[in-house]
Amino acid sequence: MSLTMAEKQAEQIRQISGSDPYKCMKCGKCSASCPSFNEMDIKPHQFVSYVVNDNIEALAESKSLWKCLGCFACVERCPRDVQPGRVVDAARQLVERQRGGDHLHAEDIPALLDDDVPQQLLVSAFRRYRR
Amino acid sequence: MKYSYYPGCTLKNKAQDLDLYARRAAVALGFELVEIPEWQCCGGVYPLGTDEIASKLSSVRALNYAKEQGQDLITLCSACHHVLKRVNDDMKNVADISDRANNYMQLDAPYKGETTVVHFLEVLRDRIGFDELKKKVVNPLTGKKIGAYYGCLALRPGKVLEFDDPENPQIMEDFIRALGAEPVIYPYRNECCGAYTALEDKNIPAKRTKMIFDSADGFGADMLITACPLCMYNLNKSEADSKVPVYYFTELLAEALGVKEGVEQ
Repeated sequence: MSLTMAEKQAEQIRQISGSDPYKCMKCGKCSASCPSFNEMDIKPHQFVSYVVNDNIEALAESKSLWKCLGCFACVERCPRDVQPGRVVDAARQLVERQRGGDHLHAEDIPALLDDDVPQQLLVSAFRRYRR
Repeated sequence: MKYSYYPGCTLKNKAQDLDLYARRAAVALGFELVEIPEWQCCGGVYPLGTDEIASKLSSVRALNYAKEQGQDLITLCSACHHVLKRVNDDMKNVADISDRANNYMQLDAPYKGETTVVHFLEVLRDRIGFDELKKKVVNPLTGKKIGAYYGCLALRPGKVLEFDDPENPQIMEDFIRALGAEPVIYPYRNECCGAYTALEDKNIPAKRTKMIFDSADGFGADMLITACPLCMYNLNKSEADSKVPVYYFTELLAEALGVKEGVEQ
């Protein structure tokens, strides 16, 4: 039996994240902990369900990919070690690894700078927003 | 005691105070920061993907250099501390990452996570001791009410970083006490400042830092301390009415030790 595109992509997310979304018991601690909850269209606990259900197209279009702060509150608090932050990050990478998938371009940077921007902000944003 | 010192990109530029005052304090406390030659930027964000190898190599190079010197590796920046500890954990405990990184590096001897990574605050707590630090304080910061702002990268994930209890840390409060000041414990001290979203969506750090300042101010903090240049930036850019001054922890350390105007190594 051949896999559909969505099934292949869900498997890729599982591989890149190293996380097993099937272990999720839907307690919602990740979403309750998430500082970006209000910014996200798909919430951290829903993210995990989307992967389980091979609903990858919606994830790829989700603005949540760019709103995760990488603060590891959900990773720290997940009682099942699903580590939702890793799943969100893997979905982000799935998008960025495609041609034209970068969220941030080098030529956009000068307009975003002020005199105080620390180097750490630039390298962190580059690592998160582009391949 | 000599440490291989990994300053990181920002301490050479926008966060020079974090570096300068640490160097002066280290002299006063009797340990040496030997900067790793030709260190490379850690990337600021730990590469989470299990198949991301190349982006972990700058950390491996620094870790292996410290191993060759027979020294522990010390960092000051929360992000460097986070990335280096996590890559070191991978090299020690994740065979696939360790093997692939070593295949790429072709070192004289494979690197297997032998180096101990310590944050400057951990050296103060675990090697010097806060009681000893207290004895060396010449300008106690008496009467100052200081809120420790931990942020996220210093603490989580607790199992790998082993910096302190990620939900109820006390290392920075103990540090504040050692300097003769009074720590202010407030709920948002280990909540994220908004991090790198500041580059494209200033509303996120604006909201986050307002909550942090409101929380700290509500509990009576006169000032905050941080170890993270990105937290410093986001907090400084805040327009919250409750805003209080923010300092790198090393600046207050140097002040308390009487070496703020002193000579660095």
